[in-house]
Amino acid sequence: MDIKLKSVGEVQVVELHGDIDASTAPDITKFVSDLVKTNIRLLLDMTKVPYMSSAGLRTLLSLYRQITAKQGKVILVGLSEELVDTMSVTGFLDFFVTKSTQEEGLANLTQET
Amino acid sequence: MERIDIHPTHSHENFKLRLGRPQPFGATIVPGGVNFSIFSSHATSCSLVLFKKHAKAPLAEIPFPDEFRIGNVYCMVVFDLDYENLEYGYRMDGPNNFQQGHWFDPSKILLDPYAKIIGGRDVWGVVPDWEDIYHHRGRIAFDDFDWGNDRALEIPPEDQIIYEMHVRSFTRHESSGIKENHRGTFAGIRDKIPYLKELGINAVELMPVYEFDEFENSRPNPQTGETLYNYWGYSTVGFFSPKAGYAATGKFGMQVDELKTLVKELHKNGIEVILDVVFNHTAEGNERGPTISFRGIDNKTYYMMTPEGYYFNFSGCGNTINCNNPIVRNIVLDCLRYWAAEYHIDGFRFDLASILGRDPWGYPLANPPLLESLAFDPILAKCKLIAEAWDAGGLYQVGSFPAYGRWAEWNGKFRDGIRKFIKGDGTVGQIAQCLQGSPNLYAWAGRAPATSINFITAHDGFTLMDLVSYNHKHNEANGENNNDGSNDNDSWNCGWEGATDDVGINALRRRQIKNAIAILMVSQGVPMLLMGDEVGRTQNGNNNTYCHDNELSWLDWNLQTKNAEILEFVKHCVAFRRSHPVLRNPNHFRNQDYVGSGYADITWHGTKAWNVDWSDGNRAIAFLLCGKHAKQGTVEDNYIYVAMNMHWQTQWFEIPGLPPSLQWHVFANTGAVFASNYLPGTEPVLENQSGILVGDRSVVILVGK
Repeated sequence: MDIKLKSVGEVQVVELHGDIDASTAPDITKFVSDLVKTNIRLLLDMTKVPYMSSAGLRTLLSLYRQITAKQGKVILVGLSEELVDTMSVTGFLDFFVTKSTQEEGLANLTQET
Repeated sequence: MERIDIHPTHSHENFKLRLGRPQPFGATIVPGGVNFSIFSSHATSCSLVLFKKHAKAPLAEIPFPDEFRIGNVYCMVVFDLDYENLEYGYRMDGPNNFQQGHWFDPSKILLDPYAKIIGGRDVWGVVPDWEDIYHHRGRIAFDDFDWGNDRALEIPPEDQIIYEMHVRSFTRHESSGIKENHRGTFAGIRDKIPYLKELGINAVELMPVYEFDEFENSRPNPQTGETLYNYWGYSTVGFFSPKAGYAATGKFGMQVDELKTLVKELHKNGIEVILDVVFNHTAEGNERGPTISFRGIDNKTYYMMTPEGYYFNFSGCGNTINCNNPIVRNIVLDCLRYWAAEYHIDGFRFDLASILGRDPWGYPLANPPLLESLAFDPILAKCKLIAEAWDAGGLYQVGSFPAYGRWAEWNGKFRDGIRKFIKGDGTVGQIAQCLQGSPNLYAWAGRAPATSINFITAHDGFTLMDLVSYNHKHNEANGENNNDGSNDNDSWNCGWEGATDDVGINALRRRQIKNAIAILMVSQGVPMLLMGDEVGRTQNGNNNTYCHDNELSWLDWNLQTKNAEILEFVKHCVAFRRSHPVLRNPNHFRNQDYVGSGYADITWHGTKAWNVDWSDGNRAIAFLLCGKHAKQGTVEDNYIYVAMNMHWQTQWFEIPGLPPSLQWHVFANTGAVFASNYLPGTEPVLENQSGILVGDRSVVILVGK
C-alpha cells in the first residue's frame, strides 16, 4: 500500500495505491487518523485501489465516523464501477459522497461553507 | 487503563493463547484476538483447525489444553489472527459406537454450529472440489453493521400482507432487467423494492436463507441432463449464516452486510422480513449422510435416535433435530435471538413446526419447552412466530398448535376450504369460517384472527395459475416418476389439462384466479401471496419444484405485460384491503351489533338478502361487514358486501339495504364482460341498489359509503 498526501487549499488529498484489506487497512487508519482535526476537508482518491475487502470497507466507515465526529467532511474519488457496486449492495455507499475525479471532489469540498 | 486479558498466557507453535470465555458460543472478535467456544457433551478432546481462506490444507491445529475446558465447553482466545482471511473448524475425538448413537471421528473437520459466515459455496452453482477435506468452512463475522435508526417494524399482525418468495427465483430470470451480478441475490431483491411497494404487500417471507448446499443430492435430470439441485434449501448447513450464494458479494464473503442492507432498505419502505427457518432436520441426512457438523460434535445430543442407533425421521428428510433436549433448545433460541437482534428480522415461519413439540423419543408434548421459551423470550417478544403446524410424521396441529398467546399458523384448512369452494364443491359452511379468520379453529382458545395465515397457494404445491389449469400434478421433470409432490391439490383445470388456446377456458381461468385473490383479500386473518401469482406464474403443472434452478422456478418478469390484467386486479385488491380496517379486525366477530349501528358486525346473505342456504352443495353466499364495527368500533370504515357465486350459472343476488344516505358502489366484479375493478376511493355507484346479477363463477365486492 502506497499512501500519498498533498494539500490543495484547505483540502487534504490522500491518494491510495493498492488493495485495502485486513493487512493494509491499519496503515491507512493510522495515516488518516493522524490527519483528522476539527473541520477537516478530506479527499480520498481511490483511483488506484483495485479491491477493498470487508475489513477495508469497515476502515473507511470508521474513518468517516471519526471525521464527522469532528464536523469534518470526506469525499471518495475515482471508485471503480465494481467497488461502487460492492459498496452499494453492502450499504457502505450510503454514508459517502463520491465523485469521479479529484477536480469534482475538490469543487464539492470547497463550495461548502 | 488496559485490561490484563489482552495478554496471552499460553502458546502453541507460533500462536499465542489464553483461556477463553465459554459464552457466547462460536467465534467472537475480542481485543487482540478471537474467542473460540464450542461445546460437546461426549467429546474426549478437541482441536481448533485453522485454514487460510480457500487453502486446501490447514494452516495450524491447536489442541485445547485441559485447562481451557470449562464443563463441557472448550474455550480459547487466539491472538493476532488475520481473521478476515481465516477459516476455522474443529476436530473432535470421542466414542464411536453406532448403537449408542456416538459418531466421533477425528479424521473429520467439523463446522462450528455457531459459525456466522460459512465459506465453501461462495458463488451459487460453482461445482465444489469433491476432494476437499473441509467443505463448509466457518468464518468470522464482524457483526458491527451500522443500522442507523432502523429497527423491526412491528406492524400489527392483522395488518400484514405477506409475499412468500424464493431469493434466487425472484430475480434470476434475465427479464428482471437488473444488473447481471445482482440477479438471484439479496441485492436483486433490493433492486425490486419499488415493485413490491407498488404491489402493496408489507412483508416478505423468504424461503430458507440459512447456508445450505445446493449440491446436496444434486443429480442430472433424466429427461434433459440438466443438473437438479437442492434448490429450495430446506436443509440447513449452518443456522447462523446467510446463504453465501444468495449474495452478489458472496465471493467477497460479504453476505452478512448484503442481507442486513436488504433488511434495512425493506424496512425503510415499510416492508417486514420474515424468514422461513428449518429447525426440524439438518443437511447431515440419515446414517448414510455426510458428517458436516452436529453429527461429529455431539450426535446423540443433537438428533433424535432410535434405541438401535438409527435416526428418527419425522421430517421426511433423514434425521430429526432433538429440539426439546435442553442444549438443543438453547441453540435454537440463541439462533433466533441472533437473527432478531443482529439482522433486525421481523418474524419467523417454522418449517414442519410440529416437530418442535415432540419429545426426544418423538412423542408430542402437551407443553413443549422449546415453543414456550420462544413465545416468552424477551428478545423475540415483538417477532412474529408462525408455525407450519404439521410434520411428516403425521402430527397435524392446525387449530391446536401450542400457542402461548403468540404463535400463528399456516392455515392449511383455509387453503383446502377455499380451493374446494372455488372449484365448485359447494362448501359454504367451511368457507364462512375461512372468511372470518377461522373462529372454529381459534376463537375457542382465545386466539385472534391473525393467528390464521391465510393462503391458497404456497411454495409447496401448484401456483395459482396451475391450480386453475391442471387437475393433476406433472412432476416428471423432477426425475422421481411423478411420485413426489402432493396428490391432494383440490385443483380444477377448467376443461383442459394444461395450456390451451381456447378463449373461453382461458377467460374462465383468469376469472378463477381473480376469485381466489378477491376471497383471500377480504378474509379476516393474514393473507399470504405466493411470488408470481400476481402475474399468473406457471410451473407447467409441477407442484414440487424443489430441485429446479431454471425457468420452472424463476419469475418471468415479462408476465407483467402478458397478464397485466391479473396484476392490476391483485394490486387493487391489496390496496382495498389496506384501505379498509373492517377487513383487518384484531378480534373475532361477535355476530351482534355492539355499537348501535343497527347492523351486526358481520351478517350472512344468499341470493336473498338476510337469508342463507347453508346446506352442502350450495355454491352461492354473501356477507356484509358493518363499517361502524371496524376494529371493534374503534375506527370508522365503509360497509362492505361480498357476493360469491361459484355456481356454473349466473344468479341474481338481492343486496341488503344500507343506512339512509349511504349507497353501494362497485369495487370489483370478476364476472363483468369488461373485467371491472377500481382503485379504492374511485368506485362508481351501483345502478340498482337493491340487487346485482353475479355471473357464473364470479365474485362481486361492493362498498357502502
